[in-house]
Amino acid sequence: MSKGNAIVLFILGIFIIFLPQIITDNYILTIGIFIGINALVAMGLTILMGYAGQISLGQAGFYGLGAYVSAILSLKFGLPVPLSVFIAIFIASLIAVILAIPSLRLKGHYLAVATLGFGEIIHIILNEWGPGGPSGFGDIPPFSIFGYTLSSTGEYFYLIWIFVILAMTFSLNLIHSLTGKALRAIHDSELASVSLGINITKLKIKVFVLSSIYASLAGALYAHYVTFLSPSGFSLFYSILILMMVVIGGITNIWGAIAGAIIITILPEILRGFKEIDILIYGLILTLCILFMRKGIVPLFIEIWEKVIKK
Amino acid sequence: MKNLVKAFLLIITIVTALIFTQKDSYCKEPYKIGAILSVTGAASFLGEPEKNTVLMLAEQINKTGGINGHPLEVIIEDSKSDETQAVLAAKKLIEKDKVLAIIGPSTTGESMAIIPIMTQAKTPLVSVAAGASITQPVQERYWIFKTAQYDTSAVEAIYNHMKNKGIKKVGIISITTAFGDAGRKALIEMAPKFGITVVADERYGPKDTDMTTQIVKIKSAGAQAIINWSVGPGQVIVTKNWHALKLAIPLYQSHGWGSKKNLELAGKAAEGVIAPLGRLVVWDKIPDKHPQKPILKKYVSDYESKYKSEPGTFGGHAYDAFMMVVEALKKVGPDKKKIRDYIETNIKNWPGTGGIFNMSSKDHCGLDMKAFEMVIVKNGDWEILK
Amino acid sequence: MTLFLQFLFAGLTTGSVYALVGIGFNIIYNSTSIINLAQGEFVVLGGLMMWFFLESLQLPFSVSLCLTLLTAAIIGLAQERLTIKPLLKKGDLLLMIMVTIAFSILIRGILMFKFGKDPYTYSPFTEGEPIEIFGAIITQQTLWVIGITVFCIVLLYLFFNKTMTGRAMKACSLDVKAARLMGINVSKVVMLSFLISAVIGAIGGIAITPISLMEYDKGAMLSVKGFCAAILGGLGKSRGAVVGGFTLGMLESLTAGYIHSGFKDAIALLIMLFILFVKPAGIFGKTEILRLRKF
Repeated sequence: MSKGNAIVLFILGIFIIFLPQIITDNYILTIGIFIGINALVAMGLTILMGYAGQISLGQAGFYGLGAYVSAILSLKFGLPVPLSVFIAIFIASLIAVILAIPSLRLKGHYLAVATLGFGEIIHIILNEWGPGGPSGFGDIPPFSIFGYTLSSTGEYFYLIWIFVILAMTFSLNLIHSLTGKALRAIHDSELASVSLGINITKLKIKVFVLSSIYASLAGALYAHYVTFLSPSGFSLFYSILILMMVVIGGITNIWGAIAGAIIITILPEILRGFKEIDILIYGLILTLCILFMRKGIVPLFIEIWEKVIKK
Repeated sequence: MKNLVKAFLLIITIVTALIFTQKDSYCKEPYKIGAILSVTGAASFLGEPEKNTVLMLAEQINKTGGINGHPLEVIIEDSKSDETQAVLAAKKLIEKDKVLAIIGPSTTGESMAIIPIMTQAKTPLVSVAAGASITQPVQERYWIFKTAQYDTSAVEAIYNHMKNKGIKKVGIISITTAFGDAGRKALIEMAPKFGITVVADERYGPKDTDMTTQIVKIKSAGAQAIINWSVGPGQVIVTKNWHALKLAIPLYQSHGWGSKKNLELAGKAAEGVIAPLGRLVVWDKIPDKHPQKPILKKYVSDYESKYKSEPGTFGGHAYDAFMMVVEALKKVGPDKKKIRDYIETNIKNWPGTGGIFNMSSKDHCGLDMKAFEMVIVKNGDWEILK
Repeated sequence: MTLFLQFLFAGLTTGSVYALVGIGFNIIYNSTSIINLAQGEFVVLGGLMMWFFLESLQLPFSVSLCLTLLTAAIIGLAQERLTIKPLLKKGDLLLMIMVTIAFSILIRGILMFKFGKDPYTYSPFTEGEPIEIFGAIITQQTLWVIGITVFCIVLLYLFFNKTMTGRAMKACSLDVKAARLMGINVSKVVMLSFLISAVIGAIGGIAITPISLMEYDKGAMLSVKGFCAAILGGLGKSRGAVVGGFTLGMLESLTAGYIHSGFKDAIALLIMLFILFVKPAGIFGKTEILRLRKF
């Protein structure tokens, strides 16, 4: 991890610790929780896209798998929540491996459609076979660890952001390690990395599985926080939302995932006031963001920062 | 150019000033209630009339001096037909706006998602969605009520009608949403009670363009009638497909069929379609002495003159929810617990748009099969079947 | 047999629309390598604008048709000039695809603002009883939909192979640099491709609305299905989109008919995945490393 990243991570940590102390408004903390959940999923996709050059439109599938498996295990089989979260992640990553082996042979748009197909299949399965079908099911046990059950919004805020920070630390280390360099090589030129003797296929699969771990972890946390699940939240729409976060935040920088999650999660909240025309304004803002901040917010910010420092 | 900018800024300042000064014309503190409705997204056909209804009623109440002198402030949040958004909206209404009660959400899924929040915040919720699980088991739904009729009541009404007609085998076609799924489950579960066998159980997605395949399959399975359970464009497409195939078996629709818009869209294909509908849809055809008649008449004509469209059954659910909360507020004042208690114990023989409500500690919906009339489409209009 | 035929007709109807959307994807893909995920919105635009001119303004059919296609063409043009052209030079594929998603949300917002959330429909092109073929029933509008699709396919074939402009566009899809050296105005070709696919999408919308109704948010589903159709057949191959579209429509209908309607989309997708795993570039596509076009 570079020094700069460590400092930013430290500041973020401090900020997270003090935020619930300063802000007692549960509404804002709830938004913070959803930002954290979305940031986790977006982080996985950023590594996959920005560092391994692979696209996925199926993140909602893993997100849904994590949520449903963990909820079912804890509710129907009475497993302790942390264990069921763990098993959910394990199952999701297993499915990711099985999917990755044939899929990652595909390129560009073909890969996009294959992952999209996977996500939609999961969505349909949840709709047909999930408990409660399309109506969904409730009474999912809240998150509890060592006999302590989380109840307040502030506690969930800490829980989710602890995972975000852990995932961030892991991701930053991964990117800066040798694998990280190899990953970037894949993105730049696959041919070159083959000739350098880097086993791309294995690396691509690893990253794909990592992104599925982040997504299913986020899904499981969502399930135990909201305590109600229905398939509608795990459709293609969510995958595209995550993709939007990654692109707006900037795919070349892992911090973009958090920035993108903040923007895309908060934007509809701000637009609530516009009632009828909020979709219109939402579309307009997204279009303008993409047109005028092509590299994404974080890389743009860094660029400006560096210019300021040089002067 | 500079002047133009200045003029523009001036206009903005004036407009903002106007917006902010408009409020505060009352002396007493306003009563705040919240509404979470699917104004956009997949369930927007529910949220739209519900939102209009709530806005209209709030305006009417404030024009006549508010509730005991207090102006009523209704804060409407769009849940975008999404559970996560509904959760956020509920948190916002409770924490930030400090509302006394919440009306909505429009769909069963969204209602289920915010039930834990409402229970924890000890704030009454009057949902406008249909799912039985919203108010059952009732001891776990202390703070939760709903005004939409049970799906099972609509199923009962249909099966009763079929039993009298001698129909023994039915084919179900339903939409793959919570609404369709709840109806489908109720249809399958209750069939044996009426001596009816379900011979086909078909489904379609909310944005599907053609259901011929499913209908043909139902017919070939030997069904004597088709029951379609959906809301939105799907029910019109099914009607059109059924008509084109000339199957000679009747088509029943769910209680979601009750919109003139459907008759317009389906045209002559809708002739002969039967459905259990709330009296809101056929208000002009029920006898004058029926206790619901004056309420329905006022609501429908007010709505139509204001919005130039019909409110539909769903707008009515919001009307009932809103009126219950307002009546409670009027009687017991701004106390969440007392509002809840009032709705549970005092809404008895209470005529609303959806039926005559009888709330109790055992039933937080208070409607049964009697809330429906069996209605057939004839000459492009509704006709009540005896 | 009758049953099978009936399922087949249903599959042809839905397949036609998928094919038309898929063709739209291909035309734009060929000139820019991007996937225009706003393609489905043009189908919605076609249906809703046609309703607006025909029913709301009570204009004659032919006038409404022309005006609707004109509107679609203008919006297609606007999309290219305002959102694609500024990004084309940089050649960032992902960014361009994302901007098409953002643009589709924008169009959806405008349509919702103008038309509300209700579905709309108008009467079929020809009034009359459905036609019976070997016991299976097919409505006249279904025949129109299939006929119009075939007509579009033939017209596009002639355009791309017999006219100067069409050939120039085809040349561009093969090699942009060479095409530019030959004096072809590449920027114009890209613009034209957006215009044509917008019109094709709108035609699909106009034809399908009497059968399936049209509402502001139907576009996303159509985009996804059309995208699948184009991929299934092999991106950039015009016959690919047609075969892909009809295959997808048939798969859905036959699954609904013979297996279960709840899983029709899942099984259609599963078969699509399987085809992709066996033939990674679609049925007609050649396996080559996808390269980004440079402008």
